[in-house]
Amino acid sequence: MIEEGLKNELQKQGVYVTSLQELYNWGRANSVWPLTFGLACCAIEMMAASMARFDLARFGAEVFRPSPRQADLMIVAGTVTKKMAPLVVRLYNQMPEPKYVIAMGACAISGGPFKQGYNVLKGVDRYLPVDVAIPGCPPRPEALLHAIMTLQEKILNQKLTGPDRPRHLNADVAGEFPVPAYGKHDLEPPNNPEVWQPPAIQR
Amino acid sequence: METPEQIKSRLEAALPSAKIEIIANECPAGERSLLVDAPSAFAAAQFLRDDEQLRLDYCSNVTGVDWPDKELTEKVKVKQVVEGVEKEVEEVKKTVRPGFLEVVYHLYSMARKHGPVVLRCRTENRTDRTQLPSLTPLWRGAEFQEREVFDLYGVVFTGHPDLRRILMWDEFEGFPMRRDYVAPDDFEYEPTPHDEVLAEAKKHYPAEAKAEAKPEVKA
Repeated sequence: MIEEGLKNELQKQGVYVTSLQELYNWGRANSVWPLTFGLACCAIEMMAASMARFDLARFGAEVFRPSPRQADLMIVAGTVTKKMAPLVVRLYNQMPEPKYVIAMGACAISGGPFKQGYNVLKGVDRYLPVDVAIPGCPPRPEALLHAIMTLQEKILNQKLTGPDRPRHLNADVAGEFPVPAYGKHDLEPPNNPEVWQPPAIQR
Repeated sequence: METPEQIKSRLEAALPSAKIEIIANECPAGERSLLVDAPSAFAAAQFLRDDEQLRLDYCSNVTGVDWPDKELTEKVKVKQVVEGVEKEVEEVKKTVRPGFLEVVYHLYSMARKHGPVVLRCRTENRTDRTQLPSLTPLWRGAEFQEREVFDLYGVVFTGHPDLRRILMWDEFEGFPMRRDYVAPDDFEYEPTPHDEVLAEAKKHYPAEAKAEAKPEVKA
């Protein structure tokens, strides 16, 4: 591992030194390809973010892929109904590692205005590991850009070795997430205990 | 366009067996509707669609209404002998109107540029006799909306080409838009509950409710 001071000194002399980890993360962070996938009105803002006015292409994330096999990022844009949730998990399972999830808008985070309803999931984080959550109903395209930048920061700071390495570099961690089944009134199980536990009040 | 009374009288002339009623509406718009009995609903709808004057060729909306059992109270004056003297005494008479499911169709005419005519049908009860004739053979656009009424209210449309659930999954049990539907108890903590959610919060977090009832005394 090269020291930060020496690295800067060498850079001044025209010698660029980097580590494989930095190079790898730099490449990944600047080509995050999202899955073409919208569930409700938040998707309209997502489309606006990808068009000329907001230009998601500046962050290398404009290539919306029509197949989960080619996508790195799942933007859950909109209300996740209980009927749709198993399909969302299945799509996530079909994406290759490393993969990330942005929960966009109040509905994807918590169920939003439909939280007490009979057919809306109280947040996609019950089944999927969410990396960035954007509040708003719907969030502005700038908020989505901010989420992409936050995700890029997260990717740049990921360590490829050590105990806190990401899931895809840890062979002991399962890569697939269980797809919930349709029950008589709710999904079974109602959440994936490995990624989410009911909140407990601390006093 | 003809008034509901005119439509009713022409319908009755065309279909002598049909039982048709005009339902008043007390809201400012005062949109009155035609209630048709289930056995003659299909023929009545066909008349409305094919009649030269009406030509209601477009079904814009199909919706369901759940009417649970309702207790009606009526004050009746009864003559009673009280202490040897005959007096008029008010008595409260209670009757129960059995519940039913209702389907409402809003019909317009593209050809004649008028509408809407509101058509209603009622089932016999809410439990086992919930069949109504499907009007999808007359207006193809009613197909998905009738499926939705079946899905959420449980009205069984006879003659529907593809009667399946549309919004809920196939394994789902019960009809969530009925007034007596009880959703699974999956309440979760909310920082700012109000109204019904507040009642739920108090039920699930009694300690929390107690702490809020006693305001903190500052020293």
